[in-house]
Amino acid sequence: MWFLEAGQFSTRAAHDRRLLPLWQERWALAAVLAVALGVVPFWGNDYWFSAILIPFLALSLAGLGLNLLTGYAGQLSLGSAAFMAAGAFAAYNAQLCLPGLPWWLGWGIGGLVAAALSVLFGLPSLRIKGFYLIVSTLAAQFLIPWALVKFSWFSHGSASGVITAPPLTVAGWDLSHPAGRYLLTLVTVLGLTWVAHNMVRSELGRQWMAVRDMDTAAAVIGISLPRAKLLAFAISGFYLGVAGALWAFAYLVTVEPHGFDLARSFQILFIVIIGGLGSVAGAFLGAAFIVLFPLALSNLAGALPNGWIDAGQLENLQKMAFGALIILVLIREPEGLASLWQRWRSRARRWPLRH
Amino acid sequence: MTLRKTFSTAALALGVIGLNAQAANEQYFPLQSYRVGPYAAGGTGFFGGFIDYLQYVNAHGGVNGVQLTWSECETEYVVEKGVECYERLKKGLNGAPAAATNPLSVGIAYATLDRSTADKLPLITINHGRTDSTDGSVFPYVFPLQLNPYSEVSAIVNFIGQKVGGPDKLRGKKIVTLYHGSPYGKETNEVLQKLATKFGFELTLLEVPHPGNEQQSQWLTIRKIKPDYVILRGWGVMNPVALKTAQKVGYPTDHIIGNIWSNSEEDVTPAGAAAKGYIAITTHPSGTAFPVLQGIKKDVIDAGKGNLADPKRFGTVYYNLGVENGILNVEAVRLAQARFGNKPLTGEQVRWGFEHLALDDKRLKELGALGLVQPLKLSCADHEGGGAVRFQQWDGQQWKLISDWVQADRAFLRPIIEASALQYAKDKGITPRNCAKES
Repeated sequence: MWFLEAGQFSTRAAHDRRLLPLWQERWALAAVLAVALGVVPFWGNDYWFSAILIPFLALSLAGLGLNLLTGYAGQLSLGSAAFMAAGAFAAYNAQLCLPGLPWWLGWGIGGLVAAALSVLFGLPSLRIKGFYLIVSTLAAQFLIPWALVKFSWFSHGSASGVITAPPLTVAGWDLSHPAGRYLLTLVTVLGLTWVAHNMVRSELGRQWMAVRDMDTAAAVIGISLPRAKLLAFAISGFYLGVAGALWAFAYLVTVEPHGFDLARSFQILFIVIIGGLGSVAGAFLGAAFIVLFPLALSNLAGALPNGWIDAGQLENLQKMAFGALIILVLIREPEGLASLWQRWRSRARRWPLRH
Repeated sequence: MTLRKTFSTAALALGVIGLNAQAANEQYFPLQSYRVGPYAAGGTGFFGGFIDYLQYVNAHGGVNGVQLTWSECETEYVVEKGVECYERLKKGLNGAPAAATNPLSVGIAYATLDRSTADKLPLITINHGRTDSTDGSVFPYVFPLQLNPYSEVSAIVNFIGQKVGGPDKLRGKKIVTLYHGSPYGKETNEVLQKLATKFGFELTLLEVPHPGNEQQSQWLTIRKIKPDYVILRGWGVMNPVALKTAQKVGYPTDHIIGNIWSNSEEDVTPAGAAAKGYIAITTHPSGTAFPVLQGIKKDVIDAGKGNLADPKRFGTVYYNLGVENGILNVEAVRLAQARFGNKPLTGEQVRWGFEHLALDDKRLKELGALGLVQPLKLSCADHEGGGAVRFQQWDGQQWKLISDWVQADRAFLRPIIEASALQYAKDKGITPRNCAKES
C-alpha cells in the first residue's frame, strides 16, 4: 500500500516535465544521491573506490552511451570500446598539446573526437541495417586500436605506447587519490545521465524510438532518418569517449590500447542487453551485474582456505557460474533487469494483496 | 534481485575485510598470479617457483623466525583484474603485512605504479617493466630488478659484438629486430636506434601484429635483407611461429637471438626441430643442479607440497625465474629485518631492504644460488642493480649455456634513463629524492 501512485496528478505544466513523476522515486533517488555523494567518499576504502565503484560508474556511462544508440535508436554497434579508446587518447593528447588545459575540458575534447569518429563509422547506417551494420562498427573496433599502437604520435612518442595520466586537480585541490577520483567520476556520470534522461524524453528521443520501431513509418511522418541516426551515433560516441577518458584517467590512471579490445565491446553490449535495452536505469543495473558479480564470486572464492582448489581452476569455475547466471537472468527476464523494477512497482502497488 | 544483491554485498564485505584474526608473526606476499588464459605457461611456472621457494624458506624456520605467507588472486594477465587484485590484497592477510607486489605483467605494473607509491608498497618488476623506473630518485617504490628492457637489448648488441670479433666490427653489419606489436614489444625500439647510430650497424625494425601467428611477410623481408643477426623480441605464440617460419625461409636458427621473454622451454618445444640451435638470453640458467633447487626438491616437492601441476617443469626457465624472484624478495626482507628488527615489516621498511640489496658471490654461495642469480647491488639511484645476462642455446632437448655474464652498456643507457625519468617527474609534479643524502 505504501507505493500508491493514486492522487499524484500533475496540476502544472512544470510538473509534467519532471524527470521522475512519482514522489517515491524522487525521494529514493535523493536518498541514493545523498549516500553516494555525502557518505561513501568518507566511509569507503581504496578497494571499494578503485576496484568496484569507479569501474562500475565508468562502465555504466559506456553502457548508457551504447543504449542511446542501440536501445533507443535501434542501431547495432560493436565498436564501443574503440570509441572509448579514441576518447581516452584524444583527452590525453589534448592535455599534452594544450598545456594548462583543465582535465575536464580535455575529457570533453576526448568525447568530441570520439563523437566525430563515431559519426564517420556510422555513415554506413544510412544504407545498411542490423547485422550488416555490425560489420561497419567492427571495422572501427579493429582500426582504431591498431592505429593507436601503430602510430607512436598518439602516445606522444612514449617508448612503450603506454601513457599515464596527469594529476587531476580542481581549483588547487588534488583529487588524484581514490576518493577524489570516485567523486570526479560520480559527478561526471550523474551530469551526463541527467542529460541523457532528458534527451530520451525530448523530441530527439521520440524520433530515435520511431526510427528504431519502424524506420519507414518514421520517414513517412517526416522524421529525417540521416539526421536522427547520425545524431544518435554522435551522442553515443561522445558518451563512450567520456567513459573511455574516465576508464583511463580516473580508474586505471594509464592508457593502453589493448585494454579497449573487442572483449570490452562485448562487455558493454552485455551490459545493455542484461540491463535492459532502451532504459537509462538499465545501463546501471547491467553494469552492476557485469562488474560486481564476478567480483563477488571471486571474493567469495578468496575466502576459501589456501590451496583448497587450484587458483586457475577456481577462475574457470567462476566463469562457468557467471555464464550460468547470465543465461538464468535472460531466461527469467529477457527484457533485462530494468523490467524487474517495473514489475516490482506494479506488485508494490497491490501489496499486501496478491493479484 | 534484492536478496541476491544483499548476499553479494555481504560476500564482498567479507572478502575485503577478511577474518580479522590477531596479528601473527607472518610476512605476507600478495600474488597477482595468472594460471589461465593465453600466458598461463609463464604464470604457472613463475608463481610455482616463487611459492615453492617461500615454502622452502618456511621449512627452514622462515626469515629469522618470521613465517612467510601468501594468497593468490587470478588476473589472467588482464590489467583491470590485476588492479582489482592489487587493491584487494595490499592490506595484508590476517594481520600479516604485505611485503611487495610482483605482478609479472607490464600492463598491470603500469596501472599499479602510482598506487604502489601512494600505498608505500614496493612494486617488483623483475626483468621487465618501465625502464626509467631504474632511477629510484623519481620512482622510489618501483624495482625493475636485475634487468630493464634497455639493458636487455644493450647486452644483446654487446654479445653480437663479441660474436663478430669486437664491437668495432659491428659497423656495416645488418641487424633485424622482430618485435611483438604491443607496448612491451615497442619499448626498446628507440634505444636500439641509438645503439645502431653508436655502433654503426644497419637496423631494421619489423613489427609482428598481436598475437603473432602470422609472420610470413616479415620473414620474406628478412630473407631479402639477409641480416647478420635477427633479434627476436617475442611473446607467447609468436616465438615458436618465428622459429618455424625462419626454417621455412631458410634463415639459420643460430643467428636468431631471443630476448628475455623468448627464452623458455615453452617457446622452443612447440617449434620442434626448427628450434635447434636457437640462442636466447637469460638472467638465470635452467637446470636443477643448484643447491637451492636441490633443497626445494627435498623439502618441498618430495614432501608433496610442490606448487607445480606438472612436476616435469621443475628447473625450467620460468620456474627458476620464480625461485630467483623469491630469493631477491626474501633477501630484501632479511636485510630490512637487520635494520628494523626481526618482525613482520611494512612495505616501506621492505623497500629499504630492496634499496640496499647487495648480493655478492659469497652470499649467493650461502644461498645455494651461485650461478643461478647474478651478483647485484642496488641503491637509491639504481633500482636495477645488475644489468647482465648469459646466453643459452637450445640443443633440441635443453638449454645449454654458451657465454659468461655479458654486461649491458649501463653508462651509455643511464643518461637516457635519467632524462626519461626527469620528464616523468615533470609531467607528474614529482620532486625527485636527493640520493646523495640517503643512507
